[in-house]
Amino acid sequence: MKSLEELAKIREQVQNNIHMRDDSTAGYRIVVGMATCGIAAGARPVLSALTQEAAKRNLEYVKVSQAGCIGMCRLEPIVEVYPPEGEKVTYVKMTPEKAVKIINDHIVNGKVVTEYTIGAAE
Amino acid sequence: MKEISLHILDIVQNSVSAKASEVKIDIAESISENIIKVSISDNGCGMDKEFLKNVTDPFTTTRTTRKVGLGIPLFKLAAEQAGGSFSIESEKGVGTIVRASFEHNNIDRSPIGDMAGTLISLVSVNETVDFVYSHTAENGTFIFDTKEIRNTLGEVPLSEYEVLNWIEGYINEGLYRIKATTY
Repeated sequence: MKSLEELAKIREQVQNNIHMRDDSTAGYRIVVGMATCGIAAGARPVLSALTQEAAKRNLEYVKVSQAGCIGMCRLEPIVEVYPPEGEKVTYVKMTPEKAVKIINDHIVNGKVVTEYTIGAAE
Repeated sequence: MKEISLHILDIVQNSVSAKASEVKIDIAESISENIIKVSISDNGCGMDKEFLKNVTDPFTTTRTTRKVGLGIPLFKLAAEQAGGSFSIESEKGVGTIVRASFEHNNIDRSPIGDMAGTLISLVSVNETVDFVYSHTAENGTFIFDTKEIRNTLGEVPLSEYEVLNWIEGYINEGLYRIKATTY
């Protein structure tokens, strides 16, 4: 049974673990398209996979947020990765499985997954 | 959309774009009355009478990337296809209420779906907005209020993964207890 006491324990845990956070990936911003086109195409599970994998790898300084329609509806779900420096990378036709790979290859190891990018799709 | 919960996720995005600080999602379902009523109300900037008159038209939109906005028309279509009804009230500077109803036993009614999933998506990317989700079914009413959660969490943000996990479990348990339909 979920209770508010459990939640209070989570608060303590999070505050105690703050020093374990991996800040080498700080500054990365991940934006998921969540307009009607994105939601209809399956953006909700992609967002969920991104937050879950980022948490698994302790990437607490990576910020995941949403965008409206990016304008390329047929390529949704779309995920844009903004590195702390340099150009953004646009990933298209995303799935939860691809999201996991992007967290691990691109965010953690710095290697863009070119076959999922918009360049590869066009 | 495959689930009513996805329509709700979509419409709430409108509330957030309208700079709402609080969004209330209400679902009331009754198998005996053969109805599912959904309402989404916000305290955002609202719409003026002109815009409101045409808002269910797919070619009426605040979007700039495209000339078409399908969120509201698709939700209206889903409700009407399931023998239900759709209405929107709005007042500029006050807020908006979107209401949709569906026949519970209509074969063309999409499942209510994963409401916990919708709530955690909303909570994880909209840190500054408060959500109140209330669901009434056969066994009573379940309420999820982010203001209550924030009280317990203090400075820990709702977007923390462990918190999101807790919220998902809390909502799913609550819905199970009131016998909310998942189909």
